[in-house]
Amino acid sequence: MAFFHRHPRLRLAGLLSAPLMWLAVAYLGALAVLLVSAFWTVNGFTGEVVREFTLANFRTLVTEEVYRNVTLRSIGVAVAVTAICVVLAVPMAFYMAKVAAPRSRHWLVILILTPLWASYLVKAYAWRVLLANDGPVDWLFFGHGPGYGLLATVVVLTYLWLPYMILPLYAGLERMPSSLLEASGDLGARPLRTFRAVVLPLLVPSIIAGSIFTFSLSLGDYITVQIVGGKTQLLGNLVYANIGAANNLPFAAAIATVPVLIMVIYLVAVRRSGALEEL
Amino acid sequence: MRHRGKALVSVLAVGVLALAGCGGGDDGGSGSGPGGMSVPKVDKMAQLGAGEGTVNVIAWAGYVEDGSTDPKVDWVTGFEKETGCQVNTKVAGTSDEMVALMKTGEYDVVSASGDASLRLIYGGDVAPVNTDLIGNYKDVFEGLKNKTWNSVDGQPYGVPHGRGANLLMYRTDTVKPAPTSWSAVFDPSSPYKGKITAYDSPIYIADAALYLMKTKPELGIKNPYALDDAQFKAATDLLTQQNDLIGEYWSDYTKEVQAFKSGDSVLGTTWQVIANLAKADKAPVEAILPTEGATGWSDTWMISSKAKHPNCGYLWMNHIISPKANAGVAEWFGEAPANKLSCAETADKNHCATFHAEDEKYFEQVWYWTTPLAQCVDGRTDVTCKDYAAWTQAWTTIKG
Repeated sequence: MAFFHRHPRLRLAGLLSAPLMWLAVAYLGALAVLLVSAFWTVNGFTGEVVREFTLANFRTLVTEEVYRNVTLRSIGVAVAVTAICVVLAVPMAFYMAKVAAPRSRHWLVILILTPLWASYLVKAYAWRVLLANDGPVDWLFFGHGPGYGLLATVVVLTYLWLPYMILPLYAGLERMPSSLLEASGDLGARPLRTFRAVVLPLLVPSIIAGSIFTFSLSLGDYITVQIVGGKTQLLGNLVYANIGAANNLPFAAAIATVPVLIMVIYLVAVRRSGALEEL
Repeated sequence: MRHRGKALVSVLAVGVLALAGCGGGDDGGSGSGPGGMSVPKVDKMAQLGAGEGTVNVIAWAGYVEDGSTDPKVDWVTGFEKETGCQVNTKVAGTSDEMVALMKTGEYDVVSASGDASLRLIYGGDVAPVNTDLIGNYKDVFEGLKNKTWNSVDGQPYGVPHGRGANLLMYRTDTVKPAPTSWSAVFDPSSPYKGKITAYDSPIYIADAALYLMKTKPELGIKNPYALDDAQFKAATDLLTQQNDLIGEYWSDYTKEVQAFKSGDSVLGTTWQVIANLAKADKAPVEAILPTEGATGWSDTWMISSKAKHPNCGYLWMNHIISPKANAGVAEWFGEAPANKLSCAETADKNHCATFHAEDEKYFEQVWYWTTPLAQCVDGRTDVTCKDYAAWTQAWTTIKG
């Protein structure tokens, strides 16, 4: 032990080598393999991967209309889910952090977290039953429930990812001194003005943090849409279909680069806005 | 910080280079194929030796049951005791997965459907089978022997396992009058719009082709798995139009049972076993073989050309089509057995009647799943047909 004490660099290396190996080999390595294999093709008959550089996959991806439609649909779903999550989560988080008695706060946090204890699949299938023909949701809307489809997908994804939006918002609001709200009130601002001019600007970094979760999780999802999406296809379904049914790993990899690219653009935009530094 | 970033980048770069390096090395495996279509020469086994103590099996879920799912469902333990061949099972979810697994050479036998078997034969992954070494082969229904999906030039490449047809299922309380034709799922002005379902796989394009084969003879479709450009376009156009009618596509059978029970789906393609499960669930459904006939599946047990345990593989192929085991699988999975003697062994004495096991007339109307190839499987040589890769791409486009 004394040896490591005298050599702090070695100690640091020992400490960091395992996680770094993980990051480099398992995490970034997997992404590199994905990127490389996206430029290969598959022999249509024998199903063997042809390891020759070609842009064919990306050409198909760009020229075929269906992939553009599916990409836009996926982005639309991710944006809608994120927007609804923000609208629902802001008042909930505000109530939890500022209005509720301090003692009941952690109970509320636990309540928000409880759905996360159940399996993702169980929740999705529960929604399949809820949304079924003549099911509870249909009954609620006098027989005109949404049924399975795009709308159902957005609803269920919102339900699944809401905690990931509430928690950063709650953390952000808890850090915000209540004296700011009082000062705003003392200076004559009505509650709505206080919310708009004081709370919301301070909340932006938390909203962005939450949106990274809800946006990326929605963008990659393929199970929920399989269960309640009816005939809807999202990017995740195309990846899944090309790995499972079509045995076309290179094309699946090419499709998988699309959400990666979208997320990179999104993160760069977030960084530009300067919100990341405030996290 | 700078430091570490650089190290990461170099690690990545090395990885990419190493992978790119693999690129040049091992191809050449793409020679034989649709163009020439010659079968790689693989010798069949001349005589049976002693078991090797192990057999590695790739199978559909429910095909190899050793009592761990249900203690009463077990046709493996007895085989292991009798032959000393320990059975290791790998369950595959799709035909493509089966093909990929067989290419590893780690497995001895596989229960291949017709859309996998030809690829395995022409890929040289499976060996021809010496049926003289398989005692139970003589009791297999003649209608299953030496078919295009399990033999080449009269040489069997496997033993038939069982078969079934894709049927048309409907809710008897909502769909009136009862449908008799596939037109029910393709009619653009269908009153059941939004409640029609279809099988979620590129192979479903064959269902549309079969329908066109009967209703649009001018297209000249002779086999729903051999479609040239014009025929393929007609089939995919029909399915694109059908997409408006579809509520959801299914590939998970439990999902279809539930959809029919709740009424989310009222009309669409199905398997006999799903119809039975839905009826057992008190859903008012009926499944019929429409007048146009139907697509279907016929599975074959094949042995790897690289089998490390060929003797146990042969013993397994003989066992799985023996009357008792074959009856067990057929009942558990819900299909027609391949062995004529199985019909006397099923627990439900009506099983063979329900699944039309002895009804060759019924199966004459069934087009079993076959891999579509660029060289048309109906024998035409003046045109190129759409291969399975094109079918897969089209299926994505159809679903939109």
